[in-house]
Amino acid sequence: MMNCKEASQLMSQELDRKLSWREAITLKLHVSLCDGCANARKQVNFIHQACKHAFELNEEKK
Amino acid sequence: MTIDTSVLNALRPDMTRFAYLLLRDQHAVEDVIQETMLTAIEKQDGFKNKSSLKTWLFSILRNKTIDALRRGKREVNISTLSNDEDDSFEEVLFNHHGAWNLETKPNAWSNPDASFEQKQFWSVFDACLNHLPAQTSRIFMMREFLEFEVEDICKELSLTTSNCWVILHRARTKLRLCLDTKWFSGQGFQASRS
Ligand SMILES: [Zn+2]
Repeated sequence: MMNCKEASQLMSQELDRKLSWREAITLKLHVSLCDGCANARKQVNFIHQACKHAFELNEEKK
Repeated sequence: MTIDTSVLNALRPDMTRFAYLLLRDQHAVEDVIQETMLTAIEKQDGFKNKSSLKTWLFSILRNKTIDALRRGKREVNISTLSNDEDDSFEEVLFNHHGAWNLETKPNAWSNPDASFEQKQFWSVFDACLNHLPAQTSRIFMMREFLEFEVEDICKELSLTTSNCWVILHRARTKLRLCLDTKWFSGQGFQASRS
């Protein structure tokens, strides 16, 4: 079973590379059962979005 | 069309913020801004109204910043990377089973997207970025702001891919904790009833 430490590494890596099918499913399963990791993942994704918004170039880029 | 220099100057604060986050050296930042301005004025015929002036200017700034990073590469001491931070951050966050410690288990942030509209949020965000160790922040910025692929960052800095992933993970974790303390915990968070 994947633990929180491994899950938090993968939720960062999923922003940098395509996870394998197995990694993606295991992460999904873990996050669906773990509040802490579900929140951590939302926070990491929020930071990723914030970087896109930081200079307000995102809408114009499309 | 002719670009009004006062329009360029109005974009200067944002350009300075951007370049500073990457270069962290006021002198290098001023050089890059000046080069960007000169290039913009010189190549203004290449500016088509299709894209906004800011987008166009930032694409020049992006390239000038990458050049400056490459020029300064000799000064980048890769060995400081490992000293930037050790791996102890994970020991603080997780117990020996790899589960969150009670105090470090992430809470939900309430309505985070609303923060994008708040000026104050962005100064906290910048402060958190500037608070990262220099090399960690540079790699994070190359990934998120300059949109380099991880493979290219590794090549550029002679790091292994897994090394890069670890550094990016650390950067995101640090930012998460910083925003949590400096921004979201002060919001009077209430547990959502979902
Ligand atoms: Zn977990």
